[in-house]
Amino acid sequence: MASTHHNVSAELAIQPGRFVPDPRDLRQPLSVRVRPYLIIGPALLLTVGILYPFGLAVYYSLTNYTLSNPNYSFVGFLNYKMLLTDPEFYHSAKVTLAYAFSATAVETILGLGVALLLNRETPLARVLRTVMIFPLMIAPVIGTLIWKLMMQPSVGILNYLLGFIGLSHFEWAAAPQTALFSVVLVDVWIYTPFISLLLLAGLQSMPKEPFESARVDGGSAWFTFKNLTLPMLAPFLIIAVIFRLIDSLKMFDVIYAMTGGGPGQTLMNFPLQAYYYGILYMNLSYGLTYMIILWAIVYLISQILVVYWGKAQQRAAGL
Amino acid sequence: MRKRRVVSWIVLALALMLVLACLTTASAAEKFNWKKYSGTKIRLLLNKHPYTEALLGNLKTFENLTGIKVEYDIFPEQNYFDKVTIDLSSGSGSYDVFMTGAYQVWQYAPPGWMEPLEPYINDPSMTNPDYDWEDIYPNLRKSDQWNLKPGNPLGSGHQWAIPWGFEANALMYRVDMFKKYGIAVPESLPALYATAKKLNNIDGSGIAGIVVRGSKNWATIHPGFMTQYASYGARDFDDKLNAVMNSPKAVEMTDLWVKMVREAGPKAWTTYTWYQAGSDFGAGKAAMLFDADILGYFQNVPGASACSGKIGWAPGPKGPEGKLVTNMWIWSLAMSAKSKNKGAAWYFMQWATGKEHLTKAAVDFAMVDPVRKSIWENPKFIAKMKENYHFYETFQAIIDNCSILFTPQPKFFETTTEWAATLHDIYYGEDAKKALDKLVAKINRMMTQAGIRKP
Repeated sequence: MASTHHNVSAELAIQPGRFVPDPRDLRQPLSVRVRPYLIIGPALLLTVGILYPFGLAVYYSLTNYTLSNPNYSFVGFLNYKMLLTDPEFYHSAKVTLAYAFSATAVETILGLGVALLLNRETPLARVLRTVMIFPLMIAPVIGTLIWKLMMQPSVGILNYLLGFIGLSHFEWAAAPQTALFSVVLVDVWIYTPFISLLLLAGLQSMPKEPFESARVDGGSAWFTFKNLTLPMLAPFLIIAVIFRLIDSLKMFDVIYAMTGGGPGQTLMNFPLQAYYYGILYMNLSYGLTYMIILWAIVYLISQILVVYWGKAQQRAAGL
Repeated sequence: MRKRRVVSWIVLALALMLVLACLTTASAAEKFNWKKYSGTKIRLLLNKHPYTEALLGNLKTFENLTGIKVEYDIFPEQNYFDKVTIDLSSGSGSYDVFMTGAYQVWQYAPPGWMEPLEPYINDPSMTNPDYDWEDIYPNLRKSDQWNLKPGNPLGSGHQWAIPWGFEANALMYRVDMFKKYGIAVPESLPALYATAKKLNNIDGSGIAGIVVRGSKNWATIHPGFMTQYASYGARDFDDKLNAVMNSPKAVEMTDLWVKMVREAGPKAWTTYTWYQAGSDFGAGKAAMLFDADILGYFQNVPGASACSGKIGWAPGPKGPEGKLVTNMWIWSLAMSAKSKNKGAAWYFMQWATGKEHLTKAAVDFAMVDPVRKSIWENPKFIAKMKENYHFYETFQAIIDNCSILFTPQPKFFETTTEWAATLHDIYYGEDAKKALDKLVAKINRMMTQAGIRKP
């Protein structure tokens, strides 16, 4: 049996295009035998490059490391214990989830609507498909600062316009009642085009025949949308939601540029807490604890969504 | 006759001594070797500020004088100190000299990131004899001196940074409006509140009575608020480092301040930084501004804003006991302890904080509050500043009572950021006493956890 194996190897070795380098096959030259390792090398390096800082962050979260005192010691789960007994943490958890879910929900509904509207071959749709992505091309922090200026009650245009309906004193992100709405609005402005773009690509990759059959059979627009478009678009929709949800759970720039987490503690989500503790207050281990917990939440949510995505793909393929 | 001869001899001897003294100083000054570090390169970490522009505008003079090459990076203020913190904590020593404030010294000096500077100042081979350290106002020099013990006052221990350009907090107001409505400059906090209310939306103009900073940031606390807070007789910490922002005086003052801002301040106050406060005032959207005196100056420069030429300065309201103490911000230059070019770095620092450069920066550029007494006595500078209504007089009135009014401790940024967040809570309706009690409990817990305060 062994001899057969060697014979097959030798046979494969001389056939161009079917050659399989085998590190265990001592008859192959060394340069050939190391080839599999060289091929997975970059992937391995990349994995180490990602895992090393992550592992280090987990480790630091188990210490009392502060930037001003590098002589740290291992404290076990003390940071986690302190965090979980701090009411600020639960407030931040609420802000993080409320921001992420509301921004993603609005963006998905709007993005779907825009994608359906632009999925027509009219001259206006062609122009709008290009113009639509402009907000995505601006750095989020710049986009936020533009909005901040527009929302400024004393000089901003929005309050001037709201003045016509008697709302010139609307305080946007400055007031606790409207702060979340204001930052979500900016997020929606920036990222709705992203979802539209993704869904538009999905819509344009769909086969035309089922839609033509439905039209011939006299199916209504709603019937076609519900039974054909939506199931076939579902994998794209879920991918878009995964991207946006992960991103908005980690949102820093929009909130930081708009209010720095204020007013009071109103907009202090996890990334802002991590920044305040880790950088401004130099308590790196405590700041990282926030980030590790955020990572766990992101991981959990994305895993659930990936399962849904797999199922949606199967449904779309009619399996 | 004999008597006259004796007098002549004495006069001659004195004259000789004077000439000799001048010659000695002159020769010492000439002897100072500015080229000692010629060919060296140093790197600066700078914040974007008009004072920085004054420095960069004259940088060639330093390079020509010393042969030292200077490279620099400039960051906007919002992120500047993050960059300094990260660079210093990394221990890379990639920058030799950086701009700092006194509050940052409390964070950067204890871990050993800053180089003590008095050995350089006191070394005649390293510091040119014309430097005149004593010419820098003593309260400014003290602001950058600390013995690293949390709670201990400034003014002892090492000199961690050199004062370079500062900002004294003052009340700025629209002279034209005050004249038009016959309003006197307020002399107490209740009077300031009443004046702000009177001017707020006066004649339906939509103008705010007063504008002050309000964002969730330490910088909200230190200008007008801290000046009035301390003048009111309130403190941030007691001698045992217990937070006392909920003392009766503190509560009274805080309540009044927030009431003033709520009833006569700008809308969206909780997002107001130095930039919004200054631009609102310059755009004629507010009748008064309580902030760094230089903020009004830049709005008052001809052509700079809608209100240029209409701005006046006053020291600000006095406390209930008739006393005004002014908090200040002091831009200083510091040396990284990890600098590989300490000699050249010090040469740069002494030049940048020396008389010659600072006089030029004050007279020809926009170094509005120079740290040297001699410059405030310079006729050209006096003439320049007197073009601004009562700017010079205000400065002279407050300089002697101008100091850092916070208790030095490494958790300054945590304390003041939380303090600003508490002002927001009060602004949006929470009872001042309850909100400040919560703040005190939080700060005390944080100080205990950090091992600074005994439980």
